[in-house]
Amino acid sequence: MPDTRHEPIRVGIGTPLNRVDGEAKVTGQAQYAAEYPAAGLLHGVIVSGRIARGRITGIDETAARSVPGVVEVLTHRNRPHTPWLDRNYKDELSIPGDPFRPLESEEIQFSGQPVALVLAETFEAARFAASLIDVSYEAAPHNIDFEASLAEKFLPSKKRNSYHEPKNHGDADAAFDKAELRHEARYHLAVEHHNPMEMHATTVDWHGDGTLTVYDKNQGSQGVQSYLCNIFGFSKKELRVVNAYVGGAFGSGLRPQYQVYLAVMAAKHMQRSVRVVMTRQQMFTHAHRPEAVYTVKLGAEPTGKLTAILGDATTSTSRFEDNMEDVVIWGMINYDSPNMKGEYSIAPRDTYTSADMRAPGAATGMTIFEIAMDELAYKAGVDPLEFRMINYSDIDAMYRTPFTSKALREAYREGAAAFGWDRRSPEPRSMREGRELIGWGMATGLWNAEFVETSARARLTADGRLEVASATSDIGTGTYTVLALVAADTLGLRPERITVRIGDSDLPHSQVEGGSRAAASAGAAVQLACQAVGAKLLAAAAKVEGKPLGDARSLEDVTLTDGYMILRSDPSKAVSFADAMAASGLDVIEEEATAKPGLGDRISQMTKSRNVHSAVFAEVRVDEDLGQVRVTRIVNAVAAGRIINPKTARSQILGGVVMGMGMALHEETMGDPILGRWMNHNLAEYHIPVNADVHDIEVIFVDEPDPEVTPLGAKGVGEIGIISTAAAIANAIFHATGQRHRNLPITIDRLIAT
Amino acid sequence: MSEAALSLANDPGREVASSAIGTVPVTLTINGQEHRLAVEPWVTLLDLLRERLHLTGSKKGCDHGQCGACTVLIDGRRMNSCLKLAVTLDGSEITTIEGLGQPGNLHPLQAAFLEHDAFQCGYCTPGQICSGVGLIAEGHARTRDDVREQMSGNLCRCGAYTNIADAILEVLGTEDRE
Repeated sequence: MPDTRHEPIRVGIGTPLNRVDGEAKVTGQAQYAAEYPAAGLLHGVIVSGRIARGRITGIDETAARSVPGVVEVLTHRNRPHTPWLDRNYKDELSIPGDPFRPLESEEIQFSGQPVALVLAETFEAARFAASLIDVSYEAAPHNIDFEASLAEKFLPSKKRNSYHEPKNHGDADAAFDKAELRHEARYHLAVEHHNPMEMHATTVDWHGDGTLTVYDKNQGSQGVQSYLCNIFGFSKKELRVVNAYVGGAFGSGLRPQYQVYLAVMAAKHMQRSVRVVMTRQQMFTHAHRPEAVYTVKLGAEPTGKLTAILGDATTSTSRFEDNMEDVVIWGMINYDSPNMKGEYSIAPRDTYTSADMRAPGAATGMTIFEIAMDELAYKAGVDPLEFRMINYSDIDAMYRTPFTSKALREAYREGAAAFGWDRRSPEPRSMREGRELIGWGMATGLWNAEFVETSARARLTADGRLEVASATSDIGTGTYTVLALVAADTLGLRPERITVRIGDSDLPHSQVEGGSRAAASAGAAVQLACQAVGAKLLAAAAKVEGKPLGDARSLEDVTLTDGYMILRSDPSKAVSFADAMAASGLDVIEEEATAKPGLGDRISQMTKSRNVHSAVFAEVRVDEDLGQVRVTRIVNAVAAGRIINPKTARSQILGGVVMGMGMALHEETMGDPILGRWMNHNLAEYHIPVNADVHDIEVIFVDEPDPEVTPLGAKGVGEIGIISTAAAIANAIFHATGQRHRNLPITIDRLIAT
Repeated sequence: MSEAALSLANDPGREVASSAIGTVPVTLTINGQEHRLAVEPWVTLLDLLRERLHLTGSKKGCDHGQCGACTVLIDGRRMNSCLKLAVTLDGSEITTIEGLGQPGNLHPLQAAFLEHDAFQCGYCTPGQICSGVGLIAEGHARTRDDVREQMSGNLCRCGAYTNIADAILEVLGTEDRE
């Protein structure tokens, strides 16, 4: 019998649980892609091209090949054969265009493009030899200047499948022209690079029997597996991809990066294990958040009620792929206005293709829209929070559909109360302490709540240990811990009895981990698999002598606690998992299940909007003479449905806020238009927030029960934290200084130049 | 001679590289264990730890001393191991994350990082913890602002900074925890 003297400690959904992978991480035992040993390992160092566009006319490898320890130099001239058709190179995101093929030909498409891979017995020999590769080029005219590229902007006919066309209403142009209150401005966001702390890296363990294990940094092992199999002709039985620990990604691992391609190509060519690790500089040669311009026009009645919303945005892409984001729809979804119109285009330039970076589109579009809203609030003479309440929409104002839930009002209220917003002095430059001007600003965040088909397996052994498994990933997001909590919740087991296995293409199917959907999707799959195990346990309990559980047939009839099934109608009747399994002669109960939107869910997905909301409040202190900005306080109140693990969810919001601070004040990849290259391609010159930049951040999760949005009622928290944090800061800077900045980041030079 | 040194001598790749160029003998005490090694003069401590001794707890985040992920304790002081050539460290005592504590036997700062969720992806974490141990030993940090300033050589892209400060302040035993 279970110990009934004390209320059992029930750990489950909603318990703030320390990371179950935490001990491995704080002791250095967690292995990342570049850290797997392999016998006879070769080290590959990538040589990056110097020009932005043109062709390679010659490669002198003589000096490199003479370095002791160098075994091979792969270039477009001697690389192994690869398939012809583009379709073999499509990855899970399937961006329209011609996917980049490393070492394909002499053609150069962007600066930093890999032109050779040097393979040597030691890392140092490969690195030295790579420096000796002498490549000559014939340069062609190029352009990486975004403003210049706008002359070529267009809306692709074949759109990225994640793109949502803005839905227009009324006559926005006429309404804007007639409006008594008007705001129109053009905003700009700089290029940002993801810069996870771990560089993209791959270790290929060539087993010598025709099979290989690819330890790779990515956000989806099965997508990378498919990509590599399609190109290099392996079957999925032969090629396994493992991403058990991922040192951050923020979107840079959504698509396979070129080091995994080169590492597998080299391993197959050499029939040996190979490791390829990008340098930090090379981390600036692939994925990046697109540069953006966004013109916002808002018309309103004198009371501040919006009558017209117009948005026209352009984001950057490469010349070979058409990457698209949802930029202009967010303000249209969020605010009530009879007239609205959104336009969007992309502009090609000679860089690598832009990519999804934490909250792609919304981090750009909602942030900028919320700066525009702040501007109109001042014009209307209305408090910025009150201004948003005047224009609050209970339904999705663009699709005109109800939300499964929207507790944004509560987020505004709780965030404002925690921040002390009612003590704000409305006039800009009216708050000061010593030589610092103080400003308070706020903004609204909006993101999607996604749920995608995902499978999971649960395996209970007679010793009372449970293993749950799915091919989803943990890129710092807390997936391991969330899945442990869901399993603990479903089967009433303590987390220490549960092992979570993820990050391996051999495990049950999961899509790439992104869009804040892993917790809700993989969590639902784990819950289903555990429920199936529970049902088997209950059936097994019927064979226990005396049938203590009587006719209990449904899991509803019993409570699962600490390895026992306890009859709800008579808690003195219980059967242990072990006794039930023994009575039925079972050593193992193993069940696999797939969570996917059912028919009802699909109808609901068409008729209801699913979104997560936030209210961000920021305090800045600006040194009037030096232009130095300190973000001294942030309150971020988030309405994200049910929070599975408050501890890791809070950290997700903290991380998003910190990256939003970077967007507001620091992060800007600067190009040299003549060289066609990103110039500040290192962590000393590409500034991200450091510990001294980050003061007090308070995270609030408001109560938002929503059984409809996803099976667990969870909406996902990976991205909402960054959305509009930069707007709250920019708005606070205006409140502090009276300076309106429409060009992010607001660096010191921009502040003191105004 | 330690096992690690033996395996190094048996590494065929290293023989190829070293036979032509020559190596320098160096003795390092790493996590309490003496290693007599023969390394080329251009091998950094970080690459020695990661690639040759398979102590991969120390991370490479930039290889240029810009991020702090490779921070280890050299004779008790926190240093970026990517900026140290192994041959310059003859006779040094080096402590890496693996030497601070192990699963089931955590150093107080490792335990505090776990409790305060002072990391997400975990990649900067060993460097943060070694840096924090070094900071505490230096004895200059009294306040939260001190900790934030003196931990600013260790970047965390996941943005766990406030939790990192909380964890260090707890072990530091100061009241200034906000």
